[in-house]
Amino acid sequence: RGVPGAFPAPGTSLLSLAVTSEQIEHLHRRFKQLSQDQLTIRKENFDSIPDLEFNPIRGKIVHAFFDKRNLRQGSDGLADEINFEDFLTIMSYFRPIEMNMDEEQLDRFRKEKLKFLFHMYDSDHDGKITLQEYRNVVEELLSGNPHLEKESARSIADGAMMEAASICVGQMGPDQVYEGITFEDFLKMWQGIDIETKMHVRFLNVDTIAHCY
Amino acid sequence: IPSVSSIVPESCLLIVVGLLVGGLIKGVGEKPPILKSDIFFLFLLPPIILDAGYFLPLRQFTENLGTILIFAVVGTLWNAFFLGGLMYAVCQLGGPGLNHIGLLANLLFGSIISAVDPVAVLAVFEEIHINELLHILVFGESLLNDAVTVVLYHLFEEFANFEQVTILDIILGFLSFFVVSLGGVLVGVIYGLIAAFTSRFTSHIRVIEPLFVFLYSYMAYLSAELFHLSGIMALIAAGVVMRPYVEANISHKSHTTIKYFLKMWSSVSETLIFIFLGVSTVAGHHYWNWTFVISTLFFCLVARVLGVLVLTWFINKFRIVKLTPKDQFIIAYGGLRGAIAFSLGYLLDYKHFGMRDMFLTAIITVIFFTVFVQGMTIRPLVDLLAVKKKQETKRSINEEIHTQFLDHLLTGIEDICGHYGHHHWKDKLNRFNKKYVKKCLIAGERSKEPQLIAFYHKMEMKQAIELVESGGIGKIPSAVSTVSIQNINPKSVPLERVLPALSKDKEEEIRKILRTNLQKTRQRLRSYNRHTLVADPYEEAWNQMLLRRQKARQLEQKMNNYLTVPVHRLDSPTMSRARIGSDPLAYEPKEDSENLPIITIDPASPQSPESVDLMSEEPKGCSGLPPSPEEDEEGLVMRVKEPSSPGTDDVFTPGTSDSPSNQRMLRCLSDPGPRPEPEEGEPFIHKGQ
Repeated sequence: RGVPGAFPAPGTSLLSLAVTSEQIEHLHRRFKQLSQDQLTIRKENFDSIPDLEFNPIRGKIVHAFFDKRNLRQGSDGLADEINFEDFLTIMSYFRPIEMNMDEEQLDRFRKEKLKFLFHMYDSDHDGKITLQEYRNVVEELLSGNPHLEKESARSIADGAMMEAASICVGQMGPDQVYEGITFEDFLKMWQGIDIETKMHVRFLNVDTIAHCY
Repeated sequence: IPSVSSIVPESCLLIVVGLLVGGLIKGVGEKPPILKSDIFFLFLLPPIILDAGYFLPLRQFTENLGTILIFAVVGTLWNAFFLGGLMYAVCQLGGPGLNHIGLLANLLFGSIISAVDPVAVLAVFEEIHINELLHILVFGESLLNDAVTVVLYHLFEEFANFEQVTILDIILGFLSFFVVSLGGVLVGVIYGLIAAFTSRFTSHIRVIEPLFVFLYSYMAYLSAELFHLSGIMALIAAGVVMRPYVEANISHKSHTTIKYFLKMWSSVSETLIFIFLGVSTVAGHHYWNWTFVISTLFFCLVARVLGVLVLTWFINKFRIVKLTPKDQFIIAYGGLRGAIAFSLGYLLDYKHFGMRDMFLTAIITVIFFTVFVQGMTIRPLVDLLAVKKKQETKRSINEEIHTQFLDHLLTGIEDICGHYGHHHWKDKLNRFNKKYVKKCLIAGERSKEPQLIAFYHKMEMKQAIELVESGGIGKIPSAVSTVSIQNINPKSVPLERVLPALSKDKEEEIRKILRTNLQKTRQRLRSYNRHTLVADPYEEAWNQMLLRRQKARQLEQKMNNYLTVPVHRLDSPTMSRARIGSDPLAYEPKEDSENLPIITIDPASPQSPESVDLMSEEPKGCSGLPPSPEEDEEGLVMRVKEPSSPGTDDVFTPGTSDSPSNQRMLRCLSDPGPRPEPEEGEPFIHKGQ
């Protein structure tokens, strides 16, 4: 365990990371496997995962790992490489809900996850999801079907965007322009779906809690 | 003053009606009919189960499958043995009237009464609109515990005849549980796949498509029951397996037919079951023994509560979304017994079970108690405890996109972590499904259609039909928002066909046109026979439009390869009839079609002259199209301008003759289905088949 920089040192701001030490060990092992025993991971390392190839939104997922907004570093743009601490940070977005959370914590929990998703949609980092970005998302989702026409993807994205506009702004006159989906609008769209319970990976289950304040 | 129906659930009222009817019949002096077991199991139960299985919300069901299985299997076993054992003790202590009832008889009784009944649960839970999780937990449990009930029932019934019960028998009995349940599921899956495969070839005879769904499901049930496997599980498995493929293959109208028939049959069955229960109560021979009945009732409740508490404590260790005490209370309270218990009791043989009447009395008492007391009080309790209710959200395209996105995201994260969890296997199954299974079971182009596209088209069609229907009444649905493509993409010329967005006067115009055409269609629909079933004009026009769009694109691409030959217009009597009768505005076939290539008939291709007719009909219709789909700005107007939209009887009128082959053609063409195959250069219907 003496690998420097490979474990979250006490005093790091992994405020809401709540995993057991054995899960951290499991993730560490995986990290070492991906990085081929280096200290950091680059984008190319993700190519070694065979199952990931079939995933239509592969690019966005890998991108999300290197997105500085998700790494809580306060800055913008893309990192070139991430260390284990960053890896854990990204993983912390997928932990399951805890029974003893109060209203405020739940709300923050939910917003964190939705923010992660928002960053995945908003690829140019300008704080809103424009029509082109949304079209991009739908095209990627449908990219698993090679003989699909671009038309369909575009019309679906357009329809979805119009629906979002009508949810978020209501009735619009013919000359009003809806710039894009902001984070508040995004929250509104997700109101019906309880993301806290849906967006988790099962093995990050919590029995004992190891907070690192 | 609250009305009776808001306090008393429908099942209770039906039982009361049954009681009254039974009393009436008895009063007259006749012998009232009893709910015979074979009628119940063969005719009354399957529609309800098929309805439940076919429309089972699969996503929630699979997410909670572990929990449901534990409740169904372990919970029912616990109930049966706990109750059986305690009743045996009561019988031993209960004096001379009960002493002769052996352990096995009591265990048998326990197994009959311990199963939660799907019919009763459906009847009560349907009305209280509880949240989906609780609903699927209780309902799923009631469906899956059938396997346990079947095994226990047959086991104890046989054992009661044995002189001795050895360990080997018990082990075999334990194994038979797996055989019964898995065997039932296997039978259901096989029939489901056969049904899906059959539906692939029904594009020529759409009118009997619903028959296959019902037929194969019922056969699955019967086959399973024949071998003493779990018929309910077979039925559920068949419904679940066949549904995605059948729905992709059958036409919209068949889908509606299936839905309404299933709902109708299950409603009728449910009603009959409860009424019969009431009548049987009056008609049956009863043997009331205070000790037995009261202790049965008491122990049933205790067993249920204890079982739920212990199991939930165990299950919550593994669940992400834990079950709160409120949830546990509802699950325990929702354990209703119903007609299945009564029928199983009725099946008992008098020879071996002399105390059958007493059993039946006790069973009926428990059923009445759970249905009346628990059924009536569950609604105010749900309100009192502020249990989460079902959210009435309409499935939107945004939600669909987000859900799919999330699924892929979580699968990706699982892959990155190297953890083969829930999502990983689901994704693998989906990929396998897409690659191999769908190709076999879904006809034509739709096998490659991704789910998102299918969903989008379904939604579009639904919205369009809604809009048209309300347009006929003269009201604008408030759901049509004024957001149009201009609002989100001001730079683009509004080319795409998007979800309807209309300005006021265009809407007026459309409504006027639609109203006139609707009236005409209604007049024409008044008399028809099976052989000339009129095509649904809206679905027709819809499919045509989609097809034309696709064809137009393909034709554009292949324009250089073929000779453009002007088409000889064939005016069939039906077409001219239609043209005279309907709105002239809608029927101006455009002469100019420089934007749209007219024909791609290669004279050298080996086709019968009649098929050439068909091809030439098609471009004729085509040439009446508005300039091109690309230039259309308002989605709905496009449909109305088409010459063979709402006004026509038969969309593709092949020739001028009325020969038998034509008649057959008409029948075949009654329902072209989701989307006719856009095969280049081939006739729509293969003639001479």
